[in-house]
Amino acid sequence: MLKRWIERITPTDVVMWLIGGAILLLIFWGSTATLAAGTYSGHHWFDFIIFGIAQGSIYALIAMGYTMVYGILRMINFAHSEVFMSGPYTAYFVAAAFYSSDFLDQYPIFSLIMIFLVSMGTSTLVAVLLERIAYRPLRTAPRLIPLITAIGASFFLQYTFRGFYGSGFQAYPVINILEGEWGIGEFRILKFQAVVIVAAAILMAALYSFVQRTRVGKAIRAVSEDKEASALMGIDIDRMIVTTFVIGGMSAGAAGVLYALMFKQVHFFMGFIPGIKAFTAAVLGGIGNIPGAMLGGIFLGLVESVGPSLFLDGLGIVAPYQLKDAIAFIMLVLVLIFRPTGILGERLVVKKA
Amino acid sequence: MNCPYGIQGTMRHAVKIGLIGGVVEVLLSLIGMVEAFSQRDIIANVISMGHTLLLVAAFFIGYLAAKRTPEAGPIKVLTNSFISGLLVAGLLALLVITGGLINLRKVFINASPLLYSLLTFGMGKGSGLLLLLVIGAITTFLAGLFYLAPNLLRRVLLISFGSIVCAGVLQDLLRPTFALWGPIAVINEWLFTANGLTIQGAIGLFILIATFFLFWSRKGKTIQTGFRRLPSASQRILKTVSILILVFVLLILPQVLGLFLSEVLTIVGLYVLLGLGLNIVVGYAGLLDLGYVAFFAIGSYTVAVLTSPEIASWGFSFWEALPFAVVLGIISGVLLGIPVLKMRGDYLAIATLGFGEIIRILVLSDFLRPWLGGAQGIGRIPKATLGGFEFSGPQQIYYLILAGCLLVAFVSLRLRDSRLGRAWMAVREDEDVAQAMGINLVATKLLAFATGAGFSAISGAIFATKIGSVYPHSFNVMISINILCVIIVGGMGSIPGVIVGAAALVGLPELLREFAEYRLLVYGAVLVAMMLLRPEGLWPEAVHRREFHEEEKEGEPELFSDLKSD
Repeated sequence: MLKRWIERITPTDVVMWLIGGAILLLIFWGSTATLAAGTYSGHHWFDFIIFGIAQGSIYALIAMGYTMVYGILRMINFAHSEVFMSGPYTAYFVAAAFYSSDFLDQYPIFSLIMIFLVSMGTSTLVAVLLERIAYRPLRTAPRLIPLITAIGASFFLQYTFRGFYGSGFQAYPVINILEGEWGIGEFRILKFQAVVIVAAAILMAALYSFVQRTRVGKAIRAVSEDKEASALMGIDIDRMIVTTFVIGGMSAGAAGVLYALMFKQVHFFMGFIPGIKAFTAAVLGGIGNIPGAMLGGIFLGLVESVGPSLFLDGLGIVAPYQLKDAIAFIMLVLVLIFRPTGILGERLVVKKA
Repeated sequence: MNCPYGIQGTMRHAVKIGLIGGVVEVLLSLIGMVEAFSQRDIIANVISMGHTLLLVAAFFIGYLAAKRTPEAGPIKVLTNSFISGLLVAGLLALLVITGGLINLRKVFINASPLLYSLLTFGMGKGSGLLLLLVIGAITTFLAGLFYLAPNLLRRVLLISFGSIVCAGVLQDLLRPTFALWGPIAVINEWLFTANGLTIQGAIGLFILIATFFLFWSRKGKTIQTGFRRLPSASQRILKTVSILILVFVLLILPQVLGLFLSEVLTIVGLYVLLGLGLNIVVGYAGLLDLGYVAFFAIGSYTVAVLTSPEIASWGFSFWEALPFAVVLGIISGVLLGIPVLKMRGDYLAIATLGFGEIIRILVLSDFLRPWLGGAQGIGRIPKATLGGFEFSGPQQIYYLILAGCLLVAFVSLRLRDSRLGRAWMAVREDEDVAQAMGINLVATKLLAFATGAGFSAISGAIFATKIGSVYPHSFNVMISINILCVIIVGGMGSIPGVIVGAAALVGLPELLREFAEYRLLVYGAVLVAMMLLRPEGLWPEAVHRREFHEEEKEGEPELFSDLKSD
């Protein structure tokens, strides 16, 4: 048994394990050094964790779109980050109009709902158009082609929105009821962070139960399992794919508003980094797997927010927070090395990808 | 379509196409392209580039409407194209009217009064809108006539009008070039004004091109067969002479073109160099690498650190630093290659994208600042010298880049036909089968990464001495995407394709000032359109072309036809 196992190891495996082991060792060393030095107290860590969860739940919502589209079409919808951007950027104009007419302060809940609806509507529209114009004609094309189309569509959308709305940053209006903090003693939590976490949790639960419980959800799962067989069972494949894009668009639009509430600004390029992070999250969780995407998103958010202080501070690295994106990508490479199917994934990277 | 042969059925197509076209034109206007492009005239005081853009789009819509008419009776075709034009112009008119009623500018920054006056030809609401509708309908009607015209006439018209538009768009390239040549400079005055072509110039150009094309379509065949009938010795002499002429032209090019155009040439050359490298990884071996800029950065930074006195006084010259840059590039290529060996397609793309970002973030960080200069980058990189000749300005660096391009093109040409090249292509087509045929996947893939990375490091090194300083911001992911676009638009795996792609995607935007802002928008649209309509690229490899057009087997040997039908 052991002998056979040793025979199967190739030199590349050894090199990969060495790289991975070295990184893990560094992480371990850095963390112990940081904890031993005691630079950060308990409530610092609490703040990091809450921020991480809030950011992670936004990643998770975006990652849903990636993972569902991947599940059904086997392609990275690279333009999903622009689906994410288009919603809150368009809803900004609604928010600004409400703000300047004092409507926002008088009816904050109603305004927020309107902002969400506009954002989700725009994102859904963009996602559906994308599917119809760019992806549908390419369903049987070789694998590289839809990916390149998606990259092209991503740039096209970015600069179209830049042309529409201008290239500057737009500051999202402050919503008064979301300012301030709740908390007991040292442990305080910013109101908007709490709202982001709760809203994201509700949305994810709703989406998950839609996919798991309803007839349409079942049909979507069937199509991602086997297109031909489900077509034979009388499922309209085109409609299921469009539904998937609608769901992805809606969750991206909602995530966009949450993102705008957290970072208070929108920009035509705002989708790029969260988009890549969310894809990373989807891969972390196991692509094609919906609970995996949620878990991966929150995990990634946590690592990004806690990681720089925990892993890097102890190693004596200057300004560790600058390296948080690098940590996210190193996580991705690590996961792809050690567990290419992702944390929860059962899909096979080699066979299907 | 319930009734494809009824009047309603035929009209419905035209209405649909017209509406889509109208939305596209409104989009073009709101994005700001029309406004930005109308600063330049194609024909002075007659038609601006912005109007040309709208007209060309409308013409295409009309042509499409005519082509999609199910029953090809000439009257129906013309009606259909006419209707589509009315709709296109109608939507634009609707935009102008809406803009007059409510202030669209709060949301769409380009919905300015200038745009409305451009759309109504500066004639105010009433007659301007009428003129817009008339011009729209006439344009598409002409497109319908064009569709019905005989083939030869169509091609003559297309090429002649195309060259007028090209001459107008590229006037900044053509005018200074003509001006450098004493006797030819007369052409300038006849052909160009300060902004756009003259009217007699446009007509003259039209007649010239049309006559030439007609002559070629009559006699071209005879000339070609005449060449083929020559004895092989004189054929070879002719070929050698043409190659010599080509080499001569390449050598004197920067002197002919002047400083600005030489600068453009060097940028195109750098992209050719980068494209040839990525071509090996993506085009030959089929490994989609989105982090290619990382190796470019590694090459640049190696040269910068070794030669610049700012960081450490190693005091290397460019030529001493170059091998280090290449070796480091190759090593990092292998290091990237190992962890991603087992990934395919999409996973590979995202992991390499991550790798590229890691390198940029590391370079940018304060953590590595003492060694790599952080956000300020590294300056004062000395120019390369060769036996007293200093590669100082773009006109000199051009030769360095040309030499690099020729070297890399030669190497990749030879590699393509080598055992390794064929192994790469086998891996690209089907990894499992390639492995079953005894190809060592690990070595093959790592060699692809290493070769590509080495080429990229060479261009990085040249880039560093060309600019004289390196900044982390020069190495963002957009560069990787640009290079990828270059090789995809040119045709994956094809060496002339890379050159054509770089000239089209990098050279053209440099020449068009107005274009710069819309560069990436057009990139995106071109990429999508390319993938939908011509996935094999502008100048594809023979193998690729056959792959994408399998159903149109032109003269493919019968022998293999049963093997391909899986």
